[in-house]
Amino acid sequence: MNAKTLFEKVWERHEVVPETPDTPAVLYIDLHLIHEVTSPQAFSLLRSQGLKVRRTDRTLATMDHSTPTDPAEVFGRVPIKVESAARQVKELEKNCREFGVELLGLDSEQRGIVHVIGPELGATQPGKTIVCGDSHTSTHGAFGALAFGIGTTEVGHVLATQCLLQRRPKTLAIEVSGRLNPAVTAKDLILAIIGKIGVGGGTGHVIEYRGSAIEALSMDERMTICNMSIEAGARAGMIAPDETTFAYLKGRRFAPQGAAWDKALADWRTLKTDPGARFDRVVHIDANALEPMISYGTNPSMVVPITGAVPNRPDDAVHAKSLAYMGLNGGERLIGKPIQVVFVGSCTNARLSDLELAAKVFQGRKVARGVRALVVPGSQQIKKEAEARGLAKIFTDAGAEWRESGCSMCIGMNGDLVEKGQYSVSTSNRNFEGRQGTGARTLLASPATAAAAAITGKITDPRDFMTALESVVHS
Amino acid sequence: MQPIRSIESRTVVMPFTNIDTDQIIPARFLTTTTKEGLGKQAFADWRYDASGAPRPDFILNKPEASGCEILVAGRNFGCGSSREHAPWALLDYGFKAVISTEIADIFRSNSLKNGFLPIVVDETTHRWLMDHPGAQVRVDLEQSSLQLPTGVSVTFPIEGFARYCLLNGTDELGFLLQRADAIARYEQAH
Repeated sequence: MNAKTLFEKVWERHEVVPETPDTPAVLYIDLHLIHEVTSPQAFSLLRSQGLKVRRTDRTLATMDHSTPTDPAEVFGRVPIKVESAARQVKELEKNCREFGVELLGLDSEQRGIVHVIGPELGATQPGKTIVCGDSHTSTHGAFGALAFGIGTTEVGHVLATQCLLQRRPKTLAIEVSGRLNPAVTAKDLILAIIGKIGVGGGTGHVIEYRGSAIEALSMDERMTICNMSIEAGARAGMIAPDETTFAYLKGRRFAPQGAAWDKALADWRTLKTDPGARFDRVVHIDANALEPMISYGTNPSMVVPITGAVPNRPDDAVHAKSLAYMGLNGGERLIGKPIQVVFVGSCTNARLSDLELAAKVFQGRKVARGVRALVVPGSQQIKKEAEARGLAKIFTDAGAEWRESGCSMCIGMNGDLVEKGQYSVSTSNRNFEGRQGTGARTLLASPATAAAAAITGKITDPRDFMTALESVVHS
Repeated sequence: MQPIRSIESRTVVMPFTNIDTDQIIPARFLTTTTKEGLGKQAFADWRYDASGAPRPDFILNKPEASGCEILVAGRNFGCGSSREHAPWALLDYGFKAVISTEIADIFRSNSLKNGFLPIVVDETTHRWLMDHPGAQVRVDLEQSSLQLPTGVSVTFPIEGFARYCLLNGTDELGFLLQRADAIARYEQAH
């Protein structure tokens, strides 16, 4: 038998019809996640062709992107301020009702960012194919699933047929040796990886993250890594499932129970790359050498260690355009630069452990004057848990805003916005021009680095808060 | 979808690398529930100032950009968000193709499903195009070729099935629906 990669094993299990030189593979999709922004036109397509949703039991909908995070709006005490967003919410409610799809709607306790609740509910499982009309679907690869973002036309294809036409991507192994240092988080690792391979470095490939530093990560941390695979252009990111994965899933709503659990477990244990299997490309990273990272430009590969300076590239017009937007100069050091906004949230870094990490820095301290700090949990369940554990009180006592779950300030379409010209240290995934609002200047970083900036009002090395951090990082 | 055979047009050049889909269509315009009318919002934050007035220095606001159907852009066009609103906006604006040295996966896939051509060319051809904004070029989909006004013709890679669908105006969903028996067999076996 040929040695196979994890990706190949999952891919081959899902070939309804293998690819030929003339036609792509018909690939079966185990789980289709839906949200309000990229689904309306797909449901319209079904309606216009008189089609049904083929497998409502494999389809799960929620709302997160354009939804508000202000409790009064979420729970209907006041109307949703962004009128078009309110229409989108209504449209998803109508579509799910009409087509028989389960919707975790605005008032559901199980609602949240689609890539946070899939794993939280145990719907995300090793070996599954998972798609969603959202590029950060790569998050679910942390469980050894093949998970990738699709467009709205493809959302329609999956609704109608539970299948997609796909050409087989190439494979890229990212081998991370060593172990992350204290206060260096999974976010810093993935930013360093994107900085190394570039925003187009993974195009056409499925990444498998491997090695001792990856195996040591918690599921929350693995999700942060896989989440940003798309920021390197990769089709998907995967991590082989192991005991950490199984322990996370056991007992969750959609996870197999009883004898079915044992059967699933036996199967999941086979989902790893065989010794001697070949990848199309291999990249090596030494975790021991990494420092906390921060972005300085307008794409997620424009990153430096936080103690570093903005690169100086006088002959590069595109670099200059980016720095002009950011209001930064080549050669300028980042530490000490005043900031106006801090955002802890998004499908990258809004899980409980992210909030715990931020809370360690916030605890007993105050948000600096003139800084707006927004902490947005990834799901309603995380919100509840964070409140029960006293984290929410730490944030509000410090002067931060504590909200209902959603994509919030990661994507400027739900009312949570960074103003023109403001610097925002954000735990989200994209620092594109205007991503957090027109003219907003995003600095991507870990929850520790974001929280440190909230307290000092400046870009700050999170290791300045080392005493607070040591007790949680890589515990 | 209408069949596409060829496109003949002058080019518009945007000499930036990594033009992401948030630039092509900012997120605040994604609260729509239809595909129509997104062209006026294409590149909105580069095209208009805070008051909504056109920025005269942006290429799409210059008279020479009028009527151009082919966009030439720097490496890694269409990266970032999977929003299909990006090719919808470009098509509604009047573009029919983009030429770059590298095009992001999801954007490429979305484009092909809407009859917007993602064309990847070699560095030399790309450099020539970047240096000659407004050049009259011809894209021949049947030959998978791009003809420059210099007489040079280069072929570009395009997935065979997607090309077939574009040339014939075939809908991929129809193809998938015809595989219903195979899908049902797969579901029974798994």
